[in-house]
Amino acid sequence: MTDLQPLIDKFALTTSEFRDNRRVVVAADKLMALLEALKNSHGFSMLIDITAVDYLEYEGATDRFGVVYCLLNMETGERLIVKTFVNDPQPSLPTVTKLWMGADWMEREVYDMFGITFTGHHDLRRILMPDEFSAHPLRKDYPIKGRGERHNFPVITRSES
Amino acid sequence: MVDLPKQPGMPDNVFLTKLDAAANWARSNSLWPMPFATACCGIELMATASSRFDLARFGAEVMRFSPRQCDLMIVAGRVVMKMLPVLQRIWLQMPEPKWCISMGACACSGGVFDTYAVVQGVDRFIPVDLYVPGCPPRPEQLIAALIEMQDKIMKTGTINGREFGKRTEATGPIPVELEEVRRSREAKIVEGLDIYQPPKM
Ligand code: SF4
Repeated sequence: MTDLQPLIDKFALTTSEFRDNRRVVVAADKLMALLEALKNSHGFSMLIDITAVDYLEYEGATDRFGVVYCLLNMETGERLIVKTFVNDPQPSLPTVTKLWMGADWMEREVYDMFGITFTGHHDLRRILMPDEFSAHPLRKDYPIKGRGERHNFPVITRSES
Repeated sequence: MVDLPKQPGMPDNVFLTKLDAAANWARSNSLWPMPFATACCGIELMATASSRFDLARFGAEVMRFSPRQCDLMIVAGRVVMKMLPVLQRIWLQMPEPKWCISMGACACSGGVFDTYAVVQGVDRFIPVDLYVPGCPPRPEQLIAALIEMQDKIMKTGTINGREFGKRTEATGPIPVELEEVRRSREAKIVEGLDIYQPPKM
Protein backbone atom coordinates (compact mmCIF):
# COMPACT_ATOMS: atom_id res chain seq x y z
CA MET A 1 0.00 0.00 0.00
CA THR A 2 1.24 3.44 -0.86
CA ASP A 3 2.15 5.49 2.16
CA LEU A 4 -0.18 8.45 1.98
CA GLN A 5 0.90 10.02 5.28
CA PRO A 6 2.94 12.84 3.70
CA LEU A 7 0.00 13.76 1.49
CA ILE A 8 -2.43 13.58 4.37
CA ASP A 9 -0.30 16.03 6.31
CA LYS A 10 0.33 18.29 3.36
CA PHE A 11 -3.24 18.57 2.08
CA ALA A 12 -5.11 18.13 5.38
CA LEU A 13 -6.97 15.07 4.12
CA THR A 14 -9.52 13.11 6.07
CA THR A 15 -9.33 9.42 5.35
CA SER A 16 -11.57 6.43 5.79
CA GLU A 17 -11.49 2.86 4.68
CA PHE A 18 -14.09 0.44 3.40
CA ARG A 19 -13.08 -3.17 2.70
CA ASP A 20 -9.81 -2.64 0.79
CA ASN A 21 -10.67 0.78 -0.63
CA ARG A 22 -9.04 3.81 0.86
CA ARG A 23 -10.94 7.04 0.58
CA VAL A 24 -9.67 10.54 1.09
CA VAL A 25 -11.61 13.78 1.27
CA VAL A 26 -9.89 16.94 0.12
CA ALA A 27 -10.90 20.58 -0.05
CA ALA A 28 -11.88 21.69 -3.56
CA ASP A 29 -9.06 24.24 -3.90
CA LYS A 30 -6.39 21.63 -3.11
CA LEU A 31 -7.87 18.96 -5.38
CA MET A 32 -5.75 19.67 -8.43
CA ALA A 33 -2.47 19.66 -6.49
CA LEU A 34 -3.41 16.42 -4.76
CA LEU A 35 -4.36 14.61 -7.96
CA GLU A 36 -1.17 15.82 -9.60
CA ALA A 37 0.91 14.50 -6.73
CA LEU A 38 -0.98 11.18 -6.78
CA LYS A 39 -0.44 10.73 -10.48
CA ASN A 40 3.14 11.93 -10.78
CA SER A 41 4.76 10.67 -7.59
CA HIS A 42 2.52 7.90 -6.28
CA GLY A 43 1.83 5.91 -9.41
CA PHE A 44 -1.93 6.37 -9.69
CA SER A 45 -1.67 6.41 -13.43
CA MET A 46 -5.26 5.60 -14.35
CA LEU A 47 -8.47 7.47 -13.73
CA ILE A 48 -11.26 4.92 -13.50
CA ASP A 49 -14.24 7.19 -13.09
CA ILE A 50 -15.50 10.58 -12.11
CA THR A 51 -18.93 10.82 -10.65
CA ALA A 52 -20.92 13.04 -8.35
CA VAL A 53 -23.51 12.86 -5.60
CA ASP A 54 -26.17 15.40 -4.79
CA TYR A 55 -26.51 15.72 -1.02
CA LEU A 56 -29.56 17.97 -1.09
CA GLU A 57 -31.70 17.17 1.97
CA TYR A 58 -29.25 14.45 2.96
CA GLU A 59 -29.13 13.91 6.69
CA GLY A 60 -26.12 15.60 8.22
CA ALA A 61 -24.70 16.85 4.93
CA THR A 62 -23.09 20.26 4.94
CA ASP A 63 -22.26 20.58 1.25
CA ARG A 64 -24.47 20.23 -1.79
CA PHE A 65 -22.42 18.15 -4.25
CA GLY A 66 -19.73 15.57 -3.67
CA VAL A 67 -17.49 14.84 -6.65
CA VAL A 68 -15.72 11.49 -6.59
CA TYR A 69 -12.56 10.50 -8.46
CA CYS A 70 -11.65 6.81 -8.56
CA LEU A 71 -7.96 6.18 -9.21
CA LEU A 72 -6.05 3.01 -9.96
CA ASN A 73 -2.37 2.27 -9.60
CA MET A 74 -1.63 0.10 -12.61
CA GLU A 75 1.58 -1.32 -11.09
CA THR A 76 0.21 -2.53 -7.78
CA GLY A 77 -3.51 -2.72 -8.52
CA GLU A 78 -4.17 -0.40 -5.60
CA ARG A 79 -7.23 1.80 -5.73
CA LEU A 80 -7.84 5.17 -4.16
CA ILE A 81 -11.02 7.19 -4.02
CA VAL A 82 -10.68 10.94 -3.80
CA LYS A 83 -13.69 12.98 -2.88
CA THR A 84 -14.30 16.68 -2.76
CA PHE A 85 -17.27 18.97 -2.19
CA VAL A 86 -18.64 21.88 -4.19
CA ASN A 87 -21.59 24.13 -3.56
CA ASP A 88 -24.26 26.26 -5.19
CA PRO A 89 -24.35 28.67 -6.92
CA GLN A 90 -22.32 27.57 -9.90
CA PRO A 91 -20.50 24.55 -8.55
CA SER A 92 -17.21 24.37 -10.35
CA LEU A 93 -13.92 22.45 -10.29
CA PRO A 94 -10.73 22.58 -12.34
CA THR A 95 -10.61 20.03 -15.13
CA VAL A 96 -8.34 17.00 -14.83
CA THR A 97 -8.17 16.38 -18.57
CA LYS A 98 -4.63 17.72 -18.44
CA LEU A 99 -3.63 14.82 -16.20
CA TRP A 100 -5.82 12.08 -17.68
CA MET A 101 -7.23 12.69 -21.14
CA GLY A 102 -9.85 10.05 -20.39
CA ALA A 103 -11.53 12.48 -18.03
CA ASP A 104 -12.99 14.29 -21.04
CA TRP A 105 -16.28 12.40 -21.36
CA MET A 106 -16.55 11.69 -17.64
CA GLU A 107 -16.50 15.39 -16.89
CA ARG A 108 -19.02 16.02 -19.62
CA GLU A 109 -21.29 13.44 -18.04
CA VAL A 110 -21.00 14.99 -14.59
CA TYR A 111 -21.69 18.37 -16.14
CA ASP A 112 -24.71 17.05 -18.01
CA MET A 113 -26.25 15.25 -15.05
CA PHE A 114 -25.35 17.61 -12.20
CA GLY A 115 -24.46 20.95 -13.77
CA ILE A 116 -21.02 21.02 -12.20
CA THR A 117 -18.72 22.92 -14.57
CA PHE A 118 -15.09 22.00 -15.08
CA THR A 119 -13.04 25.09 -15.80
CA GLY A 120 -10.45 24.61 -18.49
CA HIS A 121 -12.27 21.70 -20.11
CA HIS A 122 -11.86 22.10 -23.87
CA ASP A 123 -15.30 20.90 -24.92
CA LEU A 124 -17.79 20.99 -22.06
CA ARG A 125 -21.03 20.02 -23.78
CA ARG A 126 -23.87 17.73 -22.79
CA ILE A 127 -23.11 14.12 -23.52
CA LEU A 128 -26.27 12.16 -22.66
CA MET A 129 -29.19 14.57 -22.84
CA PRO A 130 -30.07 16.43 -26.04
CA ASP A 131 -28.35 19.79 -26.46
CA GLU A 132 -31.57 21.78 -26.02
CA PHE A 133 -32.27 20.19 -22.64
CA SER A 134 -31.80 22.81 -19.99
CA ALA A 135 -32.07 20.98 -16.66
CA HIS A 136 -29.60 18.70 -14.93
CA PRO A 137 -31.66 15.60 -14.30
CA LEU A 138 -29.70 13.84 -11.56
CA ARG A 139 -30.04 16.79 -9.22
CA LYS A 140 -32.37 15.95 -6.38
CA ASP A 141 -34.58 18.97 -7.04
CA TYR A 142 -35.38 17.76 -10.54
CA PRO A 143 -38.60 15.70 -10.54
CA ILE A 144 -38.00 12.08 -11.55
CA LYS A 145 -40.76 12.19 -14.14
CA GLY A 146 -39.36 15.35 -15.63
CA ARG A 147 -41.05 18.63 -16.41
CA GLY A 148 -42.93 17.38 -19.46
CA GLU A 149 -39.92 17.19 -21.77
CA ARG A 150 -40.73 13.60 -22.68
CA HIS A 151 -44.17 14.61 -23.96
CA ASN A 152 -43.14 17.68 -25.87
CA PHE A 153 -43.01 16.35 -29.41
CA PRO A 154 -45.21 16.69 -32.47
CA VAL A 155 -47.76 13.91 -32.96
CA ILE A 156 -47.58 12.22 -36.34
CA THR A 157 -50.94 10.88 -37.47
CA ARG A 158 -51.67 8.25 -40.05
CA SER A 159 -52.71 10.68 -42.75
CA GLU A 160 -49.69 12.93 -42.28
CA SER A 161 -47.12 10.21 -42.59
CA MET B 1 -59.12 -13.14 -50.66
CA VAL B 2 -62.46 -12.63 -52.40
CA ASP B 3 -63.27 -15.22 -54.95
CA LEU B 4 -65.52 -13.97 -57.69
CA PRO B 5 -67.87 -16.49 -59.34
CA LYS B 6 -66.51 -18.43 -62.23
CA GLN B 7 -67.35 -17.24 -65.71
CA PRO B 8 -68.75 -19.78 -68.17
CA GLY B 9 -66.09 -21.36 -70.33
CA MET B 10 -63.23 -20.35 -67.98
CA PRO B 11 -60.56 -23.03 -67.40
CA ASP B 12 -60.32 -24.63 -63.94
CA ASN B 13 -56.92 -23.18 -63.07
CA VAL B 14 -57.99 -19.54 -63.48
CA PHE B 15 -59.82 -17.61 -60.81
CA LEU B 16 -60.98 -14.05 -60.53
CA THR B 17 -60.50 -11.61 -57.69
CA LYS B 18 -60.36 -7.88 -57.07
CA LEU B 19 -57.16 -5.97 -57.63
CA ASP B 20 -57.28 -4.57 -54.09
CA ALA B 21 -57.57 -8.06 -52.64
CA ALA B 22 -54.74 -9.33 -54.78
CA ALA B 23 -52.53 -6.42 -53.74
CA ASN B 24 -53.37 -7.00 -50.09
CA TRP B 25 -52.58 -10.66 -50.41
CA ALA B 26 -49.21 -9.87 -51.94
CA ARG B 27 -48.39 -7.20 -49.40
CA SER B 28 -49.36 -9.18 -46.35
CA ASN B 29 -47.24 -12.14 -47.32
CA SER B 30 -44.12 -10.18 -48.05
CA LEU B 31 -43.67 -7.71 -45.25
CA TRP B 32 -40.26 -6.10 -45.01
CA PRO B 33 -39.72 -5.20 -41.37
CA MET B 34 -37.70 -2.23 -40.22
CA PRO B 35 -36.19 -3.43 -36.92
CA PHE B 36 -36.18 -0.40 -34.66
CA ALA B 37 -34.58 -2.35 -31.85
CA THR B 38 -33.42 -0.11 -29.04
CA ALA B 39 -33.27 -2.41 -26.03
CA CYS B 40 -33.71 -5.95 -24.72
CA CYS B 41 -36.82 -6.60 -26.85
CA GLY B 42 -34.53 -6.26 -29.85
CA ILE B 43 -32.77 -9.45 -28.79
CA GLU B 44 -36.08 -11.28 -28.84
CA LEU B 45 -36.79 -9.80 -32.25
CA MET B 46 -33.50 -11.22 -33.48
CA ALA B 47 -34.41 -14.59 -32.00
CA THR B 48 -37.72 -14.46 -33.83
CA ALA B 49 -35.94 -13.81 -37.09
CA SER B 50 -33.40 -16.59 -36.63
CA SER B 51 -33.73 -20.23 -37.52
CA ARG B 52 -35.42 -21.62 -34.44
CA PHE B 53 -38.53 -19.46 -34.66
CA ASP B 54 -38.02 -18.47 -38.28
CA LEU B 55 -40.02 -15.43 -39.24
CA ALA B 56 -39.34 -16.41 -42.85
CA ARG B 57 -42.19 -18.90 -42.63
CA PHE B 58 -44.51 -15.91 -42.57
CA GLY B 59 -42.84 -13.98 -45.33
CA ALA B 60 -41.35 -11.29 -43.12
CA GLU B 61 -37.70 -12.26 -42.97
CA VAL B 62 -36.19 -9.47 -45.02
CA MET B 63 -35.10 -7.07 -42.29
CA ARG B 64 -33.83 -3.94 -43.90
CA PHE B 65 -31.91 -1.23 -42.14
CA SER B 66 -32.96 1.40 -44.59
CA PRO B 67 -36.47 2.69 -43.93
CA ARG B 68 -36.92 3.37 -47.65
CA GLN B 69 -37.08 -0.36 -48.29
CA CYS B 70 -39.43 -1.32 -45.47
CA ASP B 71 -43.13 -1.41 -44.90
CA LEU B 72 -43.43 -2.73 -41.36
CA MET B 73 -41.87 -0.85 -38.48
CA ILE B 74 -41.25 -3.01 -35.41
CA VAL B 75 -40.47 -0.78 -32.45
CA ALA B 76 -38.74 -3.17 -30.07
CA GLY B 77 -37.58 -1.59 -26.85
CA ARG B 78 -37.81 1.64 -24.93
CA VAL B 79 -37.61 4.88 -26.82
CA VAL B 80 -36.05 7.82 -25.04
CA MET B 81 -36.75 11.46 -25.73
CA LYS B 82 -33.48 11.87 -27.60
CA MET B 83 -34.38 8.92 -29.83
CA LEU B 84 -37.99 9.87 -30.54
CA PRO B 85 -37.23 12.46 -33.26
CA VAL B 86 -35.14 9.76 -34.96
CA LEU B 87 -38.02 7.29 -34.72
CA GLN B 88 -40.44 9.82 -36.19
CA ARG B 89 -38.06 10.63 -38.99
CA ILE B 90 -37.55 6.98 -39.86
CA TRP B 91 -41.30 6.48 -39.82
CA LEU B 92 -41.77 9.38 -42.21
CA GLN B 93 -39.08 8.00 -44.51
CA MET B 94 -40.87 4.69 -44.97
CA PRO B 95 -42.97 4.61 -48.11
CA GLU B 96 -46.70 3.89 -48.00
CA PRO B 97 -48.30 1.48 -47.44
CA LYS B 98 -46.71 0.97 -44.05
CA TRP B 99 -47.64 -0.48 -40.69
CA CYS B 100 -46.25 -0.36 -37.20
CA ILE B 101 -45.97 -2.96 -34.46
CA SER B 102 -45.13 -1.76 -30.99
CA MET B 103 -43.33 -4.63 -29.30
CA GLY B 104 -43.03 -5.02 -25.54
CA ALA B 105 -44.22 -3.15 -22.51
CA CYS B 106 -41.72 -0.33 -22.98
CA ALA B 107 -42.65 0.55 -26.53
CA CYS B 108 -46.35 0.31 -25.71
CA SER B 109 -46.42 2.25 -22.46
CA GLY B 110 -42.94 3.05 -21.17
CA GLY B 111 -43.01 -0.08 -19.04
CA VAL B 112 -41.32 0.26 -15.70
CA PHE B 113 -39.27 3.22 -16.91
CA ASP B 114 -41.49 6.06 -15.79
CA THR B 115 -38.70 8.63 -15.86
CA TYR B 116 -37.94 11.99 -17.43
CA ALA B 117 -36.11 10.44 -20.35
CA VAL B 118 -38.37 7.60 -21.50
CA VAL B 119 -41.31 8.24 -23.81
CA GLN B 120 -44.43 6.73 -22.28
CA GLY B 121 -45.54 4.76 -25.32
CA VAL B 122 -44.57 5.37 -28.93
CA ASP B 123 -48.24 5.48 -29.92
CA ARG B 124 -48.39 8.96 -28.48
CA PHE B 125 -46.30 10.22 -31.35
CA ILE B 126 -46.56 7.77 -34.25
CA PRO B 127 -49.51 5.65 -35.39
CA VAL B 128 -49.35 2.07 -34.12
CA ASP B 129 -51.33 -0.80 -35.61
CA LEU B 130 -50.60 -3.63 -33.21
CA TYR B 131 -49.37 -3.87 -29.65
CA VAL B 132 -47.48 -6.89 -28.38
CA PRO B 133 -47.55 -7.16 -24.58
CA GLY B 134 -44.82 -8.80 -22.54
CA CYS B 135 -41.43 -8.02 -21.13
CA PRO B 136 -40.05 -9.19 -23.46
CA PRO B 137 -42.73 -10.88 -25.57
CA ARG B 138 -41.92 -14.46 -26.57
CA PRO B 139 -41.08 -14.94 -30.24
CA GLU B 140 -44.35 -16.82 -30.55
CA GLN B 141 -46.19 -13.68 -29.47
CA LEU B 142 -44.43 -11.63 -32.09
CA ILE B 143 -45.25 -14.23 -34.71
CA ALA B 144 -48.89 -14.18 -33.56
CA ALA B 145 -48.84 -10.41 -33.93
CA LEU B 146 -47.41 -10.75 -37.40
CA ILE B 147 -50.18 -13.16 -38.40
CA GLU B 148 -52.72 -10.74 -37.00
CA MET B 149 -51.02 -7.95 -38.91
CA GLN B 150 -51.41 -9.95 -42.13
CA ASP B 151 -55.06 -10.35 -41.28
CA LYS B 152 -55.41 -6.64 -40.75
CA ILE B 153 -53.64 -5.83 -44.00
CA MET B 154 -55.95 -8.19 -45.86
CA LYS B 155 -58.95 -6.41 -44.36
CA THR B 156 -57.94 -2.78 -44.62
CA GLY B 157 -55.36 -2.05 -47.29
CA THR B 158 -56.42 -0.78 -50.71
CA ILE B 159 -54.21 -0.27 -53.66
CA ASN B 160 -54.25 3.51 -53.35
CA GLY B 161 -54.45 3.59 -49.55
CA ARG B 162 -57.45 5.97 -49.54
CA GLU B 163 -58.64 4.77 -46.14
CA PHE B 164 -55.58 6.34 -44.55
CA GLY B 165 -56.72 9.75 -45.75
CA LYS B 166 -59.69 9.64 -43.40
CA ARG B 167 -57.60 9.02 -40.32
CA THR B 168 -56.46 12.45 -39.30
CA GLU B 169 -56.58 11.90 -35.55
CA ALA B 170 -53.76 10.34 -33.61
CA THR B 171 -54.95 6.96 -32.41
CA GLY B 172 -52.91 6.67 -29.24
CA PRO B 173 -53.71 8.19 -25.86
CA ILE B 174 -53.50 11.97 -25.52
CA PRO B 175 -49.82 12.85 -25.41
CA VAL B 176 -50.14 14.67 -22.13
CA GLU B 177 -50.86 13.12 -18.77
CA LEU B 178 -52.88 15.31 -16.44
CA GLU B 179 -50.67 14.13 -13.59
CA GLU B 180 -47.69 15.36 -15.51
CA VAL B 181 -49.23 18.75 -16.12
CA ARG B 182 -49.89 19.06 -12.41
CA ARG B 183 -46.31 18.14 -11.62
CA SER B 184 -44.93 20.54 -14.16
CA ARG B 185 -47.02 23.37 -12.72
CA GLU B 186 -45.66 22.63 -9.28
CA ALA B 187 -42.08 22.34 -10.45
CA LYS B 188 -39.86 25.39 -10.33
CA ILE B 189 -39.22 26.99 -13.71
CA VAL B 190 -35.59 26.81 -14.78
CA GLU B 191 -33.88 29.78 -16.40
CA GLY B 192 -33.27 29.37 -20.10
CA LEU B 193 -35.71 26.48 -20.61
CA ASP B 194 -36.52 27.48 -24.15
CA ILE B 195 -37.29 24.52 -26.39
CA TYR B 196 -38.37 22.04 -23.75
CA GLN B 197 -41.23 23.98 -22.24
CA PRO B 198 -43.75 22.17 -20.10
CA PRO B 199 -46.69 21.21 -22.34
CA LYS B 200 -49.50 23.75 -22.48
CA MET B 201 -53.04 22.59 -21.80
S1 SF4 C 1 -40.48 -4.54 -22.48
FE1 SF4 C 1 -38.97 -5.56 -21.17
S2 SF4 C 1 -37.66 -6.68 -22.60
FE2 SF4 C 1 -38.77 -5.13 -23.79
S3 SF4 C 1 -37.45 -3.34 -23.87
FE3 SF4 C 1 -38.80 -3.10 -22.11
S4 SF4 C 1 -37.64 -3.93 -20.39
FE4 SF4 C 1 -36.68 -4.69 -22.26
